[in-house]
Amino acid sequence: MNDPLVIAGKAYHSRLLVGTGKYKDFAETREAIDASGAAIVTVAIRRTNIGQNPGEPNLLDVLPPEKFTILPNTAGCYTADDAVRTLRLARELLDGHALVKLEVLGDPKNLFPNMPETLKAAETLVKDGFDVMVYCADDPIQAKMLEDIGCCAIMPLASLIGSGMGIINPWNLRLIIDNAKVPVLVDAGVGTASDAAIAMELGCDGVLMNTAIAAAGRPVLMASAMRKAVEAGREAFLAGRMPRKFYSADPSSPTQGLIGS
Amino acid sequence: MIQVILNGQPESLQPDLSVLALLEARGLVGKRLAVERNGEIVPKARHAEVKLADGDRLEIVVAVGGG
Repeated sequence: MNDPLVIAGKAYHSRLLVGTGKYKDFAETREAIDASGAAIVTVAIRRTNIGQNPGEPNLLDVLPPEKFTILPNTAGCYTADDAVRTLRLARELLDGHALVKLEVLGDPKNLFPNMPETLKAAETLVKDGFDVMVYCADDPIQAKMLEDIGCCAIMPLASLIGSGMGIINPWNLRLIIDNAKVPVLVDAGVGTASDAAIAMELGCDGVLMNTAIAAAGRPVLMASAMRKAVEAGREAFLAGRMPRKFYSADPSSPTQGLIGS
Repeated sequence: MIQVILNGQPESLQPDLSVLALLEARGLVGKRLAVERNGEIVPKARHAEVKLADGDRLEIVVAVGGG
């Protein structure tokens, strides 16, 4: 089925976006990402070693930007200024690449976003020509504000980052999805394949995850499971589920022609 | 010698050193990285011409695994 995810005018073949953190090594990172089928992969921006460790392998040698769309994030930033600086460095690092993931955190314990700083950073970045995919609270009002600022994708959490608690806010996600004219992706909280399928069945345009794959017992196998779950959930959403009939069964087999009748 | 802060650490460097010369000295030339000097990006095309000055704050970053 030809059903691309379109973000900022560009079509991507996969609705599963994956992070590159927490893997055992770069070989496992690459194997898991290949199994996930993801086209967009997130990376963090950090200080390099300044000569102490020459010949250290570079993540972008394992995930060449010619093959993957690299989505630099602002993980670990607690102010709009730090997030904007980080993404300007990322744009320089990636030769002018505009697509970025903005996240401004508010609390190191729960990693909930600081929404006032997120809104401030989004304004600056959009004005500066970035295509901003934004991690945000599951608040339909602030999600709309981010869309009005010009963010190209809204990415509410489904539960806390790295918690694997799954989709604990389906009603809020639906409110955000129903309000939005840009893609809505669940970013954070997915723990296993059924969570990803539920997100997609709710009408999310995509799912972004990292820990659910990297912290699985067998990350490469979980990456494959997530690929199928996102595809299955998307197809179920497009197909339209049957209505729920509470307290009333309806047999699938004919009630007539039973032997002995 | 000039004093700079390089990735948060104080360093003494030769005067009149360019960004490119610093990267060469640290074995970082040709790597996918980005340089910020006093809060402003130093584009790759300008690494050879931009000279470091006493008191500069430099950040040299790369992409690493993250979600």
